[in-house]
Amino acid sequence: MATKASQSAARLMMAPAVVLLLGWMLVPLITTLYFSFADFRPLRGVFEPWIGFDNYERFVSSSSFWDAVTTTLVMVGAILAITVTLGVLLALLLDKPMFGQGVVRILVIAPFFVMPTVSALVWKNMMMDPVNGVLSHVWRFFGATPHDWLVETPLLSIILIVSWQWLPFATLILLTAVQSLDGEQLEAAEMDGAPPLKRFWFIILPHLARAITIVTLIQTIFLLSIFAEIFVTTQGSFGTRTLTYLVYQRVLESQNVGLGSAGGIIAVILANIVAIFLMRIVGKNLDA
Amino acid sequence: MGRITLNNITKSFGDVQVIPPLDLTIEDGEFTVFVGPSGCGKSTLLRLIAGLEDMTSGHMEIDGRDVTDVPPAKRGLAMVFQSYALYPHMSVRKNIAFPMRMAGVDQAEQDAKIEKAAAALNLIDYLDRRPGQLSGGQRQRVAIGRAIVREPAAFLFDEPLSNLDAALRVGMRLEISELHERLETTMIYVTHDQVEAMTMADKIVVLRAGVIEQVGSPLELYREPRNLFVAGFIGSPRMNLIEGPEAAKHGATHIGIRPEHIAVSPDAGEWAGKVGVAEHLGSDTFFHVHVNDFAEPLTVRAPGEVSFRSGDTIHMTPDIARMHRFGRDGLRIA
Ligand SMILES: Nc1ncnc2c1ncn2[C@@H]1O[C@H](COP(=O)(O)OP(=O)(O)OP(=O)(O)O)[C@@H](O)[C@H]1O
Ligand SMILES: [Mg+2]
Repeated sequence: MATKASQSAARLMMAPAVVLLLGWMLVPLITTLYFSFADFRPLRGVFEPWIGFDNYERFVSSSSFWDAVTTTLVMVGAILAITVTLGVLLALLLDKPMFGQGVVRILVIAPFFVMPTVSALVWKNMMMDPVNGVLSHVWRFFGATPHDWLVETPLLSIILIVSWQWLPFATLILLTAVQSLDGEQLEAAEMDGAPPLKRFWFIILPHLARAITIVTLIQTIFLLSIFAEIFVTTQGSFGTRTLTYLVYQRVLESQNVGLGSAGGIIAVILANIVAIFLMRIVGKNLDA
Repeated sequence: MGRITLNNITKSFGDVQVIPPLDLTIEDGEFTVFVGPSGCGKSTLLRLIAGLEDMTSGHMEIDGRDVTDVPPAKRGLAMVFQSYALYPHMSVRKNIAFPMRMAGVDQAEQDAKIEKAAAALNLIDYLDRRPGQLSGGQRQRVAIGRAIVREPAAFLFDEPLSNLDAALRVGMRLEISELHERLETTMIYVTHDQVEAMTMADKIVVLRAGVIEQVGSPLELYREPRNLFVAGFIGSPRMNLIEGPEAAKHGATHIGIRPEHIAVSPDAGEWAGKVGVAEHLGSDTFFHVHVNDFAEPLTVRAPGEVSFRSGDTIHMTPDIARMHRFGRDGLRIA
């Protein structure tokens, strides 16, 4: 397979795809980069191609920037924690033989098929609505005053909605990992005197480390750009304005493309920092 | 100490009874081998003893203590799996330490025992490696090391050598036998390789479809197989079994004669036949000889130097004293 001739042939064959992919990713990135150094406000007819780092300075120095960074990190971190923890537990549960296994597995995966906008609308109007929402009925059933989710705990509400959406993904990946665990290892640990919790801690969890890394990384990338859920529910008010949402507001609400582009570039850099940081942490766990 | 008694135990998976009622006693310090064809229930029986499967009925004792409902960890048995079942993310040292860590043994004692086990098993240089960085034989030794440090009442082995190549298998066979002599602990060993069974065992248990066909020392089984199945199963190459008029001459439905108990001569003997395939092993040569009245070719052994060609006619004389006779029910006629 890996002779020199076949390697260079392979490179040649892959070239078109690589070039296309690079162009696909580079063109928008370069345009954004270009605009981020320009004073570009189309509705007012302002276009000045080079204003240096002014946009970046304005974006970073505004008070909403650091709030947005904190909100983003809290939101992504909380969602990761919830989906990975519940994902591991659900995967272990689904791995057990039980009645109606096939149906249960499909039900667990179902939320993943619901579009973000739709699910946010459903949660907002049918689950979390303080008057008619399912949750408010539950609260009333137990004699409590219904909780006005999106007004009183907007950040928590969005975290719950997005976690609900991403839990299936985490569960699915973790389930395949759980299924690939050699049963004899667990039996050996059982004979070696490890009770269930220790078997989980010493055998199952290390085995899942790789899958957890993958779930964390992929989810982080997608979660950094959550938009629809915020747009539909709180419109970025009450401390739910993430970096992505801030960029959107700068571009559309204040019609400042240059400022928005600078924000976009900052978001890309931050996302990369977060990703490298995560890979380090989890990568270390993998090798330990 | 490790005297294991099985009383009337059975095992069913759903409606299928894999082990019909079975009684067996394994004496303290004995090396017992379970043999039998694939799917006969050897692993199942071993896992019942280990406690990894629940018995459907019956009960089991270790040193007089009823352990039928005792969980695996509390039975004081250690098991070596066919796949080794090492913990891939732990170093060899941590693998061996794992049972002691679970039992809360203090660190100094752990280290001492690991050193001792590693020295005995030639693992000193590999203590800090991961299982993935070891050869099959080394992994096997780590698995054994992990079993040794627990100082169990008995060791259970499920086909531990079947993943190794032939040369290594012979070496490990010896190592396990030596280990048994040194520790004098009860060992139960599952295999379908009858050379392993014959060379290692104090006692062989021959199983067929969950039923014990015969229990005895290797030589007892070789000299006096209780029935046709054991006769055909123990011995390599297998015993020649002849039925029909030739058997009737000896007052039996089947007669059995091992290849090594037939004298071969170029010119005179009781049976005559044409040589078919010859297997030269160096020390010995096995000939497949087609005899006119027999349904299957006879296998006969000749000393290494003797050479007949395919197609030659040779003459054979069975050693009557070592002939086995079996009746209509397949049982041995004394
Ligand atoms: N979990 C199970 N569920 C249902 N049937 C099983 C199960 N485990 C084993 N069996 C059946 O029990 C019988 C005995 O299996 P077992 O694994 O003990 O055979 P074995 O003698 O170890 O064979 P081998 O030499 O191939 O390892 C087989 O017919 C097998 O199909
Ligand atoms: Mg088996």
